[in-house]
Amino acid sequence: MLEHQKLIVSHAPFWHNGSRVTDRSRQIFLAALPAALFGVYQYGLSALGVLALSVSSSVLWELAFTRVAGRPVSVGDGTAAVIGLLLGMMLPAAMPWWGVLTGTFLAVVVARQIYGGIGANPFNPVAVALAILMLSWKGRMDFDAALVNYPFDFPAVYYLTAVKAFGTGAVGNISFGDLLLGRQIGGIGCTFGLGLILGGVYLIARGVIRWEIPLSMLAGVAVTAFVFNQVDPAKFAPPAFHLLTGYTLIGAFFLAPEDSSSPVNFMPMLIYGAVIGSVVVFIRDVGVFADGLPYAVLVGNLVQPLVDKIRPKALGKVV
Amino acid sequence: MKTFFGLGKPGLRYATLPPRLAGPEVVPAGTSVTLLHPGPAGRRTPAALKMGETVKTGQRLSLYGGADYVIAPVTGTVAAVAPFAGDFGREATAITITAASLEAIDDQFADARREPSPETLRPFLAAAPGLPPLERLCDPKRPLKTLVVCGVDQDLLVLTQQHVLRARSHEVANGIRVLKQAAGIDDVVILALKETVQGYGHIGGRLLGVDPVYPSAHPSLVMHQLFGREVPAGQTPEDLGFCFMRAEAVAAVGAAFETGRVPVTKVLTLIARDGSARLVETLIGTRVGDIFERHGIAVVAGDRIVFGGPMRGRAAYSPDQPVQPDTDAVMVLGAASAAEVSEYPCVNCGECVRICPARMQVNLLVRYLEAGKYEDAAESYDLDACVECGLCAYVCVSKIPILQYIALAKHELARVRPTEDANA
Repeated sequence: MLEHQKLIVSHAPFWHNGSRVTDRSRQIFLAALPAALFGVYQYGLSALGVLALSVSSSVLWELAFTRVAGRPVSVGDGTAAVIGLLLGMMLPAAMPWWGVLTGTFLAVVVARQIYGGIGANPFNPVAVALAILMLSWKGRMDFDAALVNYPFDFPAVYYLTAVKAFGTGAVGNISFGDLLLGRQIGGIGCTFGLGLILGGVYLIARGVIRWEIPLSMLAGVAVTAFVFNQVDPAKFAPPAFHLLTGYTLIGAFFLAPEDSSSPVNFMPMLIYGAVIGSVVVFIRDVGVFADGLPYAVLVGNLVQPLVDKIRPKALGKVV
Repeated sequence: MKTFFGLGKPGLRYATLPPRLAGPEVVPAGTSVTLLHPGPAGRRTPAALKMGETVKTGQRLSLYGGADYVIAPVTGTVAAVAPFAGDFGREATAITITAASLEAIDDQFADARREPSPETLRPFLAAAPGLPPLERLCDPKRPLKTLVVCGVDQDLLVLTQQHVLRARSHEVANGIRVLKQAAGIDDVVILALKETVQGYGHIGGRLLGVDPVYPSAHPSLVMHQLFGREVPAGQTPEDLGFCFMRAEAVAAVGAAFETGRVPVTKVLTLIARDGSARLVETLIGTRVGDIFERHGIAVVAGDRIVFGGPMRGRAAYSPDQPVQPDTDAVMVLGAASAAEVSEYPCVNCGECVRICPARMQVNLLVRYLEAGKYEDAAESYDLDACVECGLCAYVCVSKIPILQYIALAKHELARVRPTEDANA
């Protein structure tokens, strides 16, 4: 009786904690939703259109590429959908369909699949796509120009551009509570600061992202902005302004901690976050772009392999 | 399993022996027992044991004339001597003994045991329950400083060593006395879980409490956390003068000198499908299938039978495989509850890096191992530092069989390095 039963032989450990890539994607998606839905509320159906097209086209690009390349179909893990959602959240609501399709193609195929797919991309796919879009279609990615036809009950001025052009006097009367509650223009899912923070805290609590990266990045933004602000308060905005405008929060909680392109050791995570944070403010304060977050993330990705070499000595390593 | 809040480490804890656990239930031996004798390992010497030969209980059976031997747990006749292939090419010879109805005790040890000494220990007790490392312990060329008696099991859910330390503390104390005298060791340390450590003051040794979080009881981590010494990668605690020994092995030595008989029964933890554990005691060589049957655990197709615990055990391919002197637990695992493996690549989430007790760069290591670059893995990414606790694979989001890769890499390097050295 027992002799004829076929047993399974496998290697230890025989237990697993049950974590899965799909779960992580689902949680990131969930955490990003409040801010995304607020964007839909703020900008209406055109924002929903951009988000829907962005998510669906990301998934389809991934499906198409894996088919063509003969790789195992991986759209089920939800990572392509997450890339689509995040990219959509960072675009203006008025982005035309071809811009969205180009963006998702750049993110999914160019920035991720040609490097080998999940886990192999050296740069954050969303940051790559966004950087290329910003360079290619300046007008389309300029929030003042793109959102000119939307009626708002608050000043429809992209604050980062305003500060860059006219100094802190131009934004002297905005309240930080308004910024937290999304009373500003910007990317579809980037204006609702509170929603992004809640999403980020949720992801940290669930262990999906490492707290070191968002925290050190925000600290990097704050410290660098503080220094600039101290040097010339009339020209450079204070830290809280930089923390709550533009792409800072979505970058800190959703872009910088992306697994594949970020470090995993403690000190390197802090350095990586701080580098991104300070580069963001440098670009905003002295660079040519109103918001340089995608470039800052790419710079962070670039130094990641190097800083991740700072690691503890393994147990029993004498030399 | 993973909790809602995933920020903290999983904090897998060793099982704690309940205050009043029923003593081990004795599983009677079947009609035959099977012993696994190491070797022949390439040697062509014919086994020095013939079919039909009679053996006595406690008799030393040495097949190839070397230092290796097994101990006959029953009186009977040799029914078969056959090769047995273990994991990673480990060779053994399976000796099957059919039990006779009348037991006869081998009295060589009883005659020799007058005085504890290497000569009375090494030839009789090295294959005793718990596998006392007597060869090393009695090596006069490399004296040891400290004997560490492990009253904590090496895997989750397992209660065997905790039970032996508590229920057979008299034998453990006696064993410590014998070993001190025979091996000339003064310093004896008894390891117990932190919360239970006060109860063992009477045994006769320094007490040290082990943190209940897995894998703190691993010798390398005990060395690090409790003795403040790091075992250099690729070396063992023995190289630093510390000899780790199961409480059961010490108890076996103690009992042997007390009774004059070589102990032949093994205490083990039987872990059922639902993770519930109970203690059983059986003759070494009993097929594990008999233990399951006795406890009403039906083994069906697709199950895993694991020798050892869930993190570090070894799956067996047949319920006919016997209990060995170092089998501290046997476990049945249904197909649904066993960890699956996927072909997903590493997503670089870093969970493994943060949980690794050896502080290894597992995320990078695994890339080298997947590519078969074992030399580079050892040189640049600390392959030798791995203590094989399995936590990296336990938390791996991509379900990469990391421990399997590591074990394979170590095996391959161990196979290749001596050849390279010889040709150098």
